Amino acid sequence: MAEATLKTVPLDKARVMQWLQTYGVYAGVALLLVVNIAITPHFLSAENFRTQAVQVAPVIIVALGMALVIGTEGVDLSVGAVMALAASVTALYLGYGLLPALLVVAVFAAVVGLANGALVAFVGVQPIVATLALMVGGRGVALVLLPQLEDLRNPSLASLGSGDVLGIPYLILIATVLALLVAFVVRRTTFGRQLLAIGDSRPAAELAGLPVRRVLILVYVGCALLAAVAGVLATARLQASDPTSLGNLMELSAITAVVVGGTPLTGGRVNIAGTVAGAVLIQLLTATLIKHDLPPSWTQIAQAIVIVAAVYAARGRGKR
Amino acid sequence: MTATKTDAPVAPAGDGKQAAATEPVGSARSERLSALVQQHGALAVLVVVSLVASFSFDSFATGDNVGNMATSSAFLAIVALGMTFVIITGGIDLSVGSLFALGGVLAAWGSRHGTLVALLLPLVVCGAIGVVNGLLVARSRLAPFIVTLAAMLGARGLMLALTDEGANTYLIGKGSFLAELGQGTTLGLGNPVWITLALFVAGAVVLRRTRFGQHVYAVGGNEDAAALMGAPVARTKILVYTLSGVLAGLAGALNAAWLASGVTILGNGMELDAIAAVVIGGTLLTGGLGYVSGSLVGVLLLRVIQNVINQVGSLDSSYQQVVSGAFLALVVIAQTWLGRRRQLL
Repeated sequence: MAEATLKTVPLDKARVMQWLQTYGVYAGVALLLVVNIAITPHFLSAENFRTQAVQVAPVIIVALGMALVIGTEGVDLSVGAVMALAASVTALYLGYGLLPALLVVAVFAAVVGLANGALVAFVGVQPIVATLALMVGGRGVALVLLPQLEDLRNPSLASLGSGDVLGIPYLILIATVLALLVAFVVRRTTFGRQLLAIGDSRPAAELAGLPVRRVLILVYVGCALLAAVAGVLATARLQASDPTSLGNLMELSAITAVVVGGTPLTGGRVNIAGTVAGAVLIQLLTATLIKHDLPPSWTQIAQAIVIVAAVYAARGRGKR
Repeated sequence: MTATKTDAPVAPAGDGKQAAATEPVGSARSERLSALVQQHGALAVLVVVSLVASFSFDSFATGDNVGNMATSSAFLAIVALGMTFVIITGGIDLSVGSLFALGGVLAAWGSRHGTLVALLLPLVVCGAIGVVNGLLVARSRLAPFIVTLAAMLGARGLMLALTDEGANTYLIGKGSFLAELGQGTTLGLGNPVWITLALFVAGAVVLRRTRFGQHVYAVGGNEDAAALMGAPVARTKILVYTLSGVLAGLAGALNAAWLASGVTILGNGMELDAIAAVVIGGTLLTGGLGYVSGSLVGVLLLRVIQNVINQVGSLDSSYQQVVSGAFLALVVIAQTWLGRRRQLL
């Protein structure tokens, strides 16, 4: 992304920034692909793409929910905790079969989402604090329910994690379907329009008679449900429930994906395709650094720089 | 004259709202009560919890236990002090946990090159990261939480790079001045406790009695108004993030001195504890209102609750998180409610 700026600086600066905000993330992904094809051995194998895609799928699913929340000018820090909660509840109720376990997971996630939404919509707490409380408490509950890692032996869960249709893993299919669904909701439904209107200006949305509180609660419940799906899928892939570390820093990855993808933190706009590309960009960046034996510390520093650069590029939009 | 005339129609409207909300006579008293609960609610809860705990558990109110709690609270308290300044300006600093870990590692690493290096290095490096945070927030006008989130990642990356990906733990030699600073006691209390108390007194004086302190409140209260009145908004913001970074680094260095090593896995989630302590202590997250003393009470309250949960024994330590989360939610609800009341009155 940095190279792209340098090359095009002589052009009209405002137009470059505009272009960068909308297409910068795709340019970044393309650049990383080209670089990797040039310098990384065995990059162009189907196996590699499959691995990358399976790894990025849970991040994409969480980021979809995060994009909706950020679209309402909020943020949800509790997504990692919800993933951990999903993992421990899955382990507890798997004895009754996969479907009942999933239903209980959905109930738990919905309760967390309701609590977040109620704090934000009815009490009027800032989203960052409301979800912080649920983040701390949620992981606590997950650990109380299941104090340590537990191996799960369930054929249907295992096939969910590693099975495929026509060579495409279930994880990727599920992530794709959810991305299309969320994009449809944002673009084509009343709910999506109301969500963006609230993000633009909550007082204006209230004055216009929109059901602000209901929409906000639904957004946070949706975000928690998506995080729970990601938690179940990650658990299925690991074939073990790990409430201690599953979803740690996931809120960070998800926020990064959303922001890098061109959704402003100031709300009122949601870019779903960009969010998916943002998650892919971070995944490719990490994979590139790892494949060239650079230690994780460099990955973190690189990620930090990408976040700041992306927010810096998006900053003009907030002011206008 | 024109000012009073334009004000005139507004005042009765405000009175009308008051009358609808409460009895007209009790409104002033009720406002004072709200302010009192907001400022000292945490202290009251701390006293009650401590009293109940000392009656319920024989081992709670012993000198050893209290001393341990005080020392182990000291490090979080120093971090929370910096966070208080940041939050009063209406910002937030999520990088403190990483800076805490980085400060500890730098102190332990630097202790091989003498005490001065060991003490200054964490302060300078963490302070520099704080300056970058402040510049990005104040000059580039980026959202504080995303800037400091990136700094959290970057600082942890730096810390891992210094320690061969966390495989290398630097030790602090016994008998050095640094070790004495962390582990020694003065008048029966650990040195970190005294340092913390001194820092809080200094912090309270700076916030209440200096021009910089007034600017901190002004920026948090209303940034545009502060700028129009000529307060140096950008400089104030850069200074508070720098202060937060320096204090987090200092806390990390002291903690490393206490443990005699730069432990790399520390500080995860510390930013959340610090924010929780500040909020519990009555500082408004919207900025403009806050108390340094409240943050100290908030830290102590979190520590006492943790201690009580440990004393119960049958409760797993995960309950600590559940209780902290629930408590934070309760406090925020109460604060928002009190804040709204005060606005209405």
